[in-house]
Amino acid sequence: MSNSFKVLQALIYAGPAHIGTLRVASSFKNVHAIMHAPLGDDYFNVMRSMLERERDFTPVTASVVDRHVLARGSQEKVVENITRKDKQEKPDLIVLTPTCTSSILQEDLQNFVNRAALNSKSDIVLADVNHYRVNELQAADRTLEQIIRFYLEKNQNSVKTEKPSVNILGIFTLGFHNQHDCRELKRILNDLGIEVNLIIPEGVSVKKLKNITKAWLNIVPYREVGLMSAQYLEQNFQMPFISTCPMGLIDTAKFLRKLESKLGLNLNIENYINRQTRFISQAAWFSRSIDCQNLTGKKAVVFGDTTHAVLMTKILAREMGIRVVCSGTYCQHDADWFREQVEGFCDEILITEDHTQVSNMIARLEPSAIFGTQMERHVGKRLDIPCGVISAPIHIQNFPLGYRPFLGYEGANQIADLVYNSFTLGMEDHLLEIFGGHDSKTVITQTLSTSSDLNWSSGGLEELQKIPGFVRNRIKRNTEKYARDNGIKEITFEVLYAAKEALTT
Amino acid sequence: MNKKLNFECETGNYHTFCPISCVAWLYQKIEDSFFLVIGTKTCGYFLQNALGVMIFAEPRYAMAELEEGDISAQLNDYKELKRLCLKIKQDRNPSVIVWIGTCTTEIIKMDLEGMAPKMEIDISIPVVVARANGLDYAFTQGEDTVLSALVNRCPTEPNSPKSLVLFGSVSNTVTNQLDLELKKQGIIVSGWLPAQHYADLPILNQETYVCGVNPFLSRTATTLMRRRKCKLIGAPFPIGPDGTRHWIEKICKTYSIQTKGLLEREQQIWEQLKDYCKLIEGKSVFFMGDNLLEISLARFLIRCGMIVYEIGIPYMDKRYQAAELELLETTCYEMNVPIPRIVEKPDNYNQIQRIRELQPDLVITGMGLANPLESRGINTKWSVEFTFAQIHSFTNARDILELITRPLRRNKNLQKLETIKNYVYLSS
Repeated sequence: MSNSFKVLQALIYAGPAHIGTLRVASSFKNVHAIMHAPLGDDYFNVMRSMLERERDFTPVTASVVDRHVLARGSQEKVVENITRKDKQEKPDLIVLTPTCTSSILQEDLQNFVNRAALNSKSDIVLADVNHYRVNELQAADRTLEQIIRFYLEKNQNSVKTEKPSVNILGIFTLGFHNQHDCRELKRILNDLGIEVNLIIPEGVSVKKLKNITKAWLNIVPYREVGLMSAQYLEQNFQMPFISTCPMGLIDTAKFLRKLESKLGLNLNIENYINRQTRFISQAAWFSRSIDCQNLTGKKAVVFGDTTHAVLMTKILAREMGIRVVCSGTYCQHDADWFREQVEGFCDEILITEDHTQVSNMIARLEPSAIFGTQMERHVGKRLDIPCGVISAPIHIQNFPLGYRPFLGYEGANQIADLVYNSFTLGMEDHLLEIFGGHDSKTVITQTLSTSSDLNWSSGGLEELQKIPGFVRNRIKRNTEKYARDNGIKEITFEVLYAAKEALTT
Repeated sequence: MNKKLNFECETGNYHTFCPISCVAWLYQKIEDSFFLVIGTKTCGYFLQNALGVMIFAEPRYAMAELEEGDISAQLNDYKELKRLCLKIKQDRNPSVIVWIGTCTTEIIKMDLEGMAPKMEIDISIPVVVARANGLDYAFTQGEDTVLSALVNRCPTEPNSPKSLVLFGSVSNTVTNQLDLELKKQGIIVSGWLPAQHYADLPILNQETYVCGVNPFLSRTATTLMRRRKCKLIGAPFPIGPDGTRHWIEKICKTYSIQTKGLLEREQQIWEQLKDYCKLIEGKSVFFMGDNLLEISLARFLIRCGMIVYEIGIPYMDKRYQAAELELLETTCYEMNVPIPRIVEKPDNYNQIQRIRELQPDLVITGMGLANPLESRGINTKWSVEFTFAQIHSFTNARDILELITRPLRRNKNLQKLETIKNYVYLSS
């Protein structure tokens, strides 16, 4: 027990547990999640609708905890909400999702589930996650395993497919470039004549989960989510799994060799690797090309979730000759594995959930480029250091419409571009600095200085300063024109508004 | 045709923002404040994602994250809070620290109001407590809890009789504009709640007249009347030229001042809005309801010539909004349109069924529902933009219509393109 029970912070990396559960539940086809939560906690719907630009209504509703619930307990409310949703949407499964609020109310949610099950056609599951013990990623991992377990205990189809086949575990909504990665994985498997049995949970019906065991092998591309399920399937159904993430040329090759050996097939894999690395991916040649000499020994900092931070560190160090001065992750629960993986590929290791520690580290090390999350991108902006985003938490621009995998051979191309562009921009900046460059700031202030016959009152100027920079000049011009037209000598903020009104007609 | 307002109440299964979101605009409004949200990771995650606060280098707000030890009361809450507040004092030296209580502090019954007075003395900084939790309030009502807490901090020293204090957090530009409009009528605003600085909180006593600029401040209004004996001027809100005119008129009436040039001023603004009004005339609109601005906006849009099918609203204080409701009724009557149904605590699922039936020309809704509705061929406008845009006073009426007509203008152009028309919508 530490003495820092209360943490003072403004920003967090991994979200609360229920977000993980909701991400998994809403990725399945025809599964509805009901949160036991106060008003306003259904913010997940906004994220999914906005970030993923989702066309359908997010299958998540809240059973609202309000003052009445607090006084008298949820009583019939949760049961009613479940049975109502059962009739409205006819989902295959309803996942009752606890939140931080329900965790402390200590209501017997399992009892509600049992009672609702009597009058519902859907299956109903209570997500087994404790807000105060696990974060978003751990909860997602746990919920995925729970749902798989629930359906396999009901029914299973253990006849293996005739042709070699695999399941891909852990592709789901709001994941960093998950959809693109999945497509890239399918392309590789298709090249090798391996069938994809199921992709879980994205877009799969829970009715199909009984067929999981038909696959020969499970693939877990991301360490954060899917590993628990793979371990469960290995223990109970003797299904082997691969948890090597095929990101970067070296680890993609490693992944492919494992694939061949675990499937017990002769896929002529070395030949495939050779051809792909030489001709499909440009990344190997690119790092050998003369351009990339300039990157030698450049300093970089890496920070993100375990999967992306580990692999990015290895790619920079082994495949591009860049010096990783610090590599870090916010997945504190997986710190040991992280350390073991990046040991020898970086100077320092930082494991923290505190963003101020990360920004202090970046300020101290002054790298030429950062590879991190959106938060590191903002740190980079402040310190004038370019940043490539490689991991969640992310903004809408990290859900590109174009094809941008991070995995496999096309992924290696994308990463090479990302790295190179980050550094070049950095060098351009330096060149501009050395030769005086085009300092646009002074130009803007010059045009803003009052060199006309008109007099701006201090109140008017103050008001003008509040107008965003990119329109300020136009507003200033318009106001001065208005003042001249109306024979006004001194421009106060009142004149500014009057001009706005007059000119918007 | 329905001529009377009627009020319905549904299940309360609707989407809105958590009231702690008020932190995002209040810490910017009160420039020397620091907001400490005492809650869980859920609260922090919401603030950071909903309000894009990531972009601020050092926002003047922070989370005191409650962990398992706190909720089982193993820790000394006071000691922990003091440690955090001292750190805030040392790093940022604010003039006031506002503690935002959340659902969690409510459930574990953390006695924030009891602790604050002692803390103030210990750290020598005022500590204000506001319970902006999702158990009791929706979205903008968060501001209401903070402002009503600030009422108690306003000085009482005698001031000129009949002084006027306006309440509601709007940008400094908007306060200037409203001050100016009243000045034209010979009325000097003696202060705003909140002011730009904590030290500038307005003087309040039984001589003070107060008037709200936002429809969600009913608690603040009550506190002003009951605790500080201020006299409330009940008026429609200064949203839209019609609302602004009535708001000014009502204030002038209180001061027995004959308004001058006010009707002309309103008319002149309507002239400027003509082109936008032409776009929306006869079009229908449906408010799903999430920020309590709905009645005022609906009233303005009806005056612009629109037909409002439904006004969803999280909470309806019929006393505080009385003048606004009356104006809504008159407006419907004068424009000869049916009176919309007002649905308190709406049910989003039922509303979507109604939207399917009615096929309104525009739905004003939250971001969780906007994209799915667009994909079904329904024009939408994000309701949250009305909370953050400048919508008050004469000068900004055009900005409201700019927002309202944007989806209509955009989609009108898009729908001309055969390809888009045929391929973007989900078949239903």
